[in-house]
Amino acid sequence: MGHIKRFAADFGLPRMIIAVYLLGLFLMAPMTGVSFSGALSDVFTRIGMNGILVLALVPMIQSGCGLNFGLSLGVIAGLLGATVSIEMGYVGVWGFVFAILASQAFGAIFGFGYGVLLNRVKGGEMMIATYVGFSSVMIMSIAWLALPFKSPVMIWGYGGEGLRTTISVEGFWRHILNDFLSFQLAGHKFPTGAILFFLLVSLVIWAFFHLKIGTAMTAVGSNPIYARASGIDINKMRIISVVISTMLGAMGIIVYQQSFGFIQLYDGPLYMAFPAVAAILIGGAGVNKASLTNVFLGVVLYQGILTMTPLIFNAVLKLDMSDVIRIIVSNGMILYALTRKTKVLK
Amino acid sequence: MKRLRLFFIENAVVILFVILISIAIPASGLPGKFLLQEILTRLGRSSFLVIALLLPIMAGMGLNFGMVLGAMAGQIGLIFVMDWKIVGIPGLLLAMLISLPISILLGWLCGSIMNRAKGREMVTGFILGFFMNGVYMMFALYAMGSLIPVMNPELLLSRGYGIRNVVDLASVRQTLETFIPLKVAGLNIPVLSYLFIAAVSAFIVWFRKTKFGQDMRAVGQNRAVAGAAGIAVDRTRIIAVIISTVLAGFGQIIFLQNLGTINTTNSHEQIGLFSIATLLIGGASVTEASICNALIGVILFHLLFLVAPMAGKNLIGSAMLGEYFRQFVSYGVIALALVLYEWKRVAQDENSRARLRGGRTDVP
Repeated sequence: MGHIKRFAADFGLPRMIIAVYLLGLFLMAPMTGVSFSGALSDVFTRIGMNGILVLALVPMIQSGCGLNFGLSLGVIAGLLGATVSIEMGYVGVWGFVFAILASQAFGAIFGFGYGVLLNRVKGGEMMIATYVGFSSVMIMSIAWLALPFKSPVMIWGYGGEGLRTTISVEGFWRHILNDFLSFQLAGHKFPTGAILFFLLVSLVIWAFFHLKIGTAMTAVGSNPIYARASGIDINKMRIISVVISTMLGAMGIIVYQQSFGFIQLYDGPLYMAFPAVAAILIGGAGVNKASLTNVFLGVVLYQGILTMTPLIFNAVLKLDMSDVIRIIVSNGMILYALTRKTKVLK
Repeated sequence: MKRLRLFFIENAVVILFVILISIAIPASGLPGKFLLQEILTRLGRSSFLVIALLLPIMAGMGLNFGMVLGAMAGQIGLIFVMDWKIVGIPGLLLAMLISLPISILLGWLCGSIMNRAKGREMVTGFILGFFMNGVYMMFALYAMGSLIPVMNPELLLSRGYGIRNVVDLASVRQTLETFIPLKVAGLNIPVLSYLFIAAVSAFIVWFRKTKFGQDMRAVGQNRAVAGAAGIAVDRTRIIAVIISTVLAGFGQIIFLQNLGTINTTNSHEQIGLFSIATLLIGGASVTEASICNALIGVILFHLLFLVAPMAGKNLIGSAMLGEYFRQFVSYGVIALALVLYEWKRVAQDENSRARLRGGRTDVP
């Protein structure tokens, strides 16, 4: 009994409920006639799509900047990279690589400014990040109307002004990662490339946090006074973490787009940060402690719920409550993290 | 001269908006009388909601993003009144009465949760708003008409349960504005709405002067000192949020009866954003806000609201651009206020640390 209790405390009750709920959904799948392999393939596609966006939250949580609700800034950098790549007319692998490279440059610039700002508001980062994110989305909406893009696939056709709200990447780099080395899994496609890419980027981040600089960053997050006493430049570490987070966000959205097939401009990035934040918290991260295990577990559980809930509910109850359940689960998870004493879950 | 400079610094936001609007009004080409009428109407419509934000600020809990909970309660009240077909002023009063217990419950919940997240009340309230939105949707789209009886089939979706996306408030529409008709120089004055706002303002002024109001201010200034002085800090904070939530519920009812329709799933969502931005544009900060800030804010924010699309169209040839600009301003002013607040706080912390070291500030 004591064992179970300790396990429950270690794993966290909400996370356990979510895991049991997801398991229940999977077990119900065969009974309701929902294709199990199809659902699994969907889940993997979504993991590949969203994984890097979730990963992008790790550096800032580790350095003590809290949950990056301003991830939309990184997303904007990614959108700029993607649109510039299409404007230049690069197609296929080169288009994708160029989009990522360009987005990293924008991400580094935005991230630096964002980091400098966050250093001056220590303690109030989360709310400020949210509204800095929101207002930059609106500034960029003005920019999308005004920027001198010429490519006919991106601008409005008949006398409209500015870029379209959604731009298809069909013919450029749609599914470039998803199709790489992909194979059929019981009649459904397995997005090998996207998963591999996610793992590769995770590996780089893992390695980074085992370098001296990564360790210093963790020290800043867990005990800033101790970190300062050991001669670590706190502000510099925080800025680096914000820059990395923003750059990963930029890369993440491009991976998302190649799978989704569209670039969403204007209001598109407004709420991008929230599902990612919910996912990493479901994975067991705290407001100032996160690990790669949290990322993997979180993205699997969260995307699993998102995929399976509508399938099963539609089949069993003929009722689509998935949207409501998504809202309650993801925000409930963020609330739980904000209100609990900061204990880290394994 | 020095006092003049201080005045400019303290009212920087208001002055900036006055300048912005005085450029945008001529550019929009909208007639003055139209603008004046609109502002008179919108003062009656929105002020109550903005004033609902004041008490949590006094209690040191910052901008109450959790006010959307009250807005949801108000909407539930209105939906029931529409179902029971009670028209006019009695309908509105009944809607307020129904919203009251719901608001108190939600306010208590919100306050308790914020007490568990001291120091990050704002982000917690913000997320709580999203969370309760899910619960509200469950209630409005699934429970109404199935678990909770709804008599009026016009309110329900065609599948037989769940409230329609748009609820028409024709039977109570603008009853507050037209109850006491008054025309001054061709402009309609919504007398009863103004009386409601005057009443809530009087309540706030009176409340501040009571013993309990003083306690609340003490809690807002320093929780530890207030606690040591024997004030029940947590309880005071919860009550501040409950009052704010109840007022937000009433405010939402006043707001919606003026518009004449409820968008069941999203009328409440933007209320927090707009009310908070309004208050800040009126010159309030995270720690300091008055009724005056609220009223000035409503005038400035809504003027911008009115003229931005037309000004954008005439100046640059794009109405969308004006609209995005207005949204940027709403979000941006909140970001700015939060940044200024944190700057001040960090500077104060550093000052008090420096004083411990004997006034030296140059320690690395």
